[in-house]
Amino acid sequence: MMKFERYEWVAITIMISLFIFVGFIQGWSVSLVILNMCIISAIMTMGVNISWGYAGVINFGVMGFLAMGGLAAVLVSYPPITESWQAGGRGLGISFVLLIVLVIAVIYINKTVIQKRNRYILNSLIIFFGILIIRQFYLNATHNIEDVNPAIAGFLGGLGLPIIFSWIVGGLFAAGVAFVIGKVALGLRSDYLAIVTLGISEIVVSVLKHEEWLSRGVKNVIGLKRPVPYEIDLQNADWFINLVTYLNSSKLNNIIDVTDRQQVLNNLIIDGSGIFVKLSYAILFLIVMLIIFYFANKAQLSPWGRMMRAIRDNETAANAMGKDVVKQHLIIFVIGAAIVGVAGAMLVTLDGLFTPSGYRPLRFTFIIWIMVIVGGSGNNLGAIFGGFVIWFSWIEAAPITTFIINQLTIGLEPTNALKLHLLDSVPYFRYLFMGLILLLILRYRPKGIIPEKVRHS
Amino acid sequence: MIDFLNSIIVLLNFIIIPGISYGSQLALGALGVTFVYAILRFANFAHGEIMSFGAMITILFTWFFQSQKIGLGILPTALLALPIGIIATIILCIISDKFVFQYYRYQKSVPVVLAMVSIGVMFVINAIIRIIIGTETIKFSDGQKFIMKAKQFKVMTGLNEGLALKSSQVITILITVLLLTFTFWFLQKTKTGKSMRAFSDNEDLALLSGINPDRVVFTTWIIVGVLACVAGTLYGLDKSYKPIIYLNLVLPIFASAIVGGIGSPFGAVVGGYVIAFSEIMVTYAYKKFFVYLLPSSLEPSGLVQLLSTDYKFAVSFSILVIVLLIRPSGIFKGRVL
Repeated sequence: MMKFERYEWVAITIMISLFIFVGFIQGWSVSLVILNMCIISAIMTMGVNISWGYAGVINFGVMGFLAMGGLAAVLVSYPPITESWQAGGRGLGISFVLLIVLVIAVIYINKTVIQKRNRYILNSLIIFFGILIIRQFYLNATHNIEDVNPAIAGFLGGLGLPIIFSWIVGGLFAAGVAFVIGKVALGLRSDYLAIVTLGISEIVVSVLKHEEWLSRGVKNVIGLKRPVPYEIDLQNADWFINLVTYLNSSKLNNIIDVTDRQQVLNNLIIDGSGIFVKLSYAILFLIVMLIIFYFANKAQLSPWGRMMRAIRDNETAANAMGKDVVKQHLIIFVIGAAIVGVAGAMLVTLDGLFTPSGYRPLRFTFIIWIMVIVGGSGNNLGAIFGGFVIWFSWIEAAPITTFIINQLTIGLEPTNALKLHLLDSVPYFRYLFMGLILLLILRYRPKGIIPEKVRHS
Repeated sequence: MIDFLNSIIVLLNFIIIPGISYGSQLALGALGVTFVYAILRFANFAHGEIMSFGAMITILFTWFFQSQKIGLGILPTALLALPIGIIATIILCIISDKFVFQYYRYQKSVPVVLAMVSIGVMFVINAIIRIIIGTETIKFSDGQKFIMKAKQFKVMTGLNEGLALKSSQVITILITVLLLTFTFWFLQKTKTGKSMRAFSDNEDLALLSGINPDRVVFTTWIIVGVLACVAGTLYGLDKSYKPIIYLNLVLPIFASAIVGGIGSPFGAVVGGYVIAFSEIMVTYAYKKFFVYLLPSSLEPSGLVQLLSTDYKFAVSFSILVIVLLIRPSGIFKGRVL
């Protein structure tokens, strides 16, 4: 098992005390909301860190993999819509089969036709006409599906399973997409790869946005089932009321008036139910994070992890030692993406809704990369730390900025145009903070706050 | 014959003219990216925001001129503010180089680190823009909007289809031609241009021949500033200015630069038009075109559209991926100015 150094303990203490601090200042509910997102961010960061920190494979497609995880959450947990299946299931099935036939035909042509020019011509012809035929079935089917009760349905629905399964499925979805991307793009130089993965993640998101039969597209899916109890159920459950009464017994016993006491108890139950729900989420997420952290560390210390470092530090030498660099790059890209996919499914689980238009590269790709760089690439604890600290500052940037602006403009009238303008633009200061943090870290601590440990073995 | 003319007009109006003006904007943007890539050797993710910054300064001064009742008559006031925007953008580029990029250049950092750094710069400029001008959509084109309206054209020629010519499109095309000619003349004929080409070809050899790298880098940022500001302003003038758009524009611009062969300025220009035309052609509904061209018995029932317009952005990346697969070096082999 791994041991933490002293400064790593310091980092862990800082993380925990941040939440306790916020808990006392802004309330435990706020603190838990931030904590949940921090944990999810930490998982995303670990995913990116595995491919970038271990093997030097750049992955700017974070947004796309998150979206795939989100899609999994919808497809696993939403109850199936039978009318939609009846309306368009057959057409979709036919077009799917035709698509497979098309792919096989193209592979067959690539294998048999040797002359390059003929191959290109044949391929383009087959793909063109194939797509024309498939479109006929496909557009018909999707049109029918989207017509089924468009206000609340209009898509195929899911499997109706507990949403917690989607965390695994989300990982698989993302891994599948990553496999295709990796096959296509991993041979490219790192900055090309960054641009290509960024581009493909945009394609993934635009497909999710506009294929309404799959996940309602921009109409969003709401009301996904939770893996934890609902507040309203808790408020009526005897055991929960008893628990709250027990925990606050000293406070309640001081109140003599019965109606007052009931009033206080009710408020406590309402507050408590919210905190209980968030706490259950936090525990679930924490378990996932610790499992991933454990295995990521295990892998890093294993011979496989050593090989990855060798490939990262000197690709040519690793190749000469008989390591299959291309294959290993693909493997680690897929693993990293799968972890991001898990985080994506968890994100949708937490929100209870799937909004494809919410996936923006600034928020879901670049911020995650800042987390990786700031935390320390190649170190899993660093990744978690980066996720926590950056998300924390992302959220807390607004109140802090408001405070600073108010202090700086204290001499100005409350109706002063400049002051009002600055207070209006408070949400944008977080971008400034993020950029400055990234630039400062890259300049003065390029290996991150918790750098990778150099191992001599 | 009339039908044939009508169909040509349809193509001109909906594909060729928008394609050329959008392509020009992309080409100017891609040229800027290419300069950074060839001289400074990294992928500059901040380029979109630099464009946006230039457009923003231009807009601010356009407003100022409008409030002072200074204008150019039928031409948009923005043209008057453009030189100020250009100067501001150049200053921005040089400041960001002095305070950020220079350090890594002296350290001889790998390109990926510089790309990360440019992401940091992107965030900072992005924040500055939003703090100054907000996130609202801004229309700042004034003067005469159309050179030729669709109705005028119909009356003039007696055809069924109209041909609209926006003045912003014509201005875009004219400025692009001017700027491209100047850039290529500069690269080919002047001493500084030649030293830049030498520097991008082989840095060590250029240094040995006594070329001052700081001077080359300085000139590069000036050119990048000019190109970025003009591209950003023209895009804003043609569509409308919205800070968030420019982040999305980075990807088609990168796609243009790579498709053309990254590092090759000529390739970047060609790439810009390739991306623009394919985006428009793949998502255009050709029904009207075929209605004129084919006999009524063969008239198409659907829209005859390859992909819905929702996928406009996806098209450029798909082309990028395809080009990288078939010809990784791009259409014109790059790396040298």
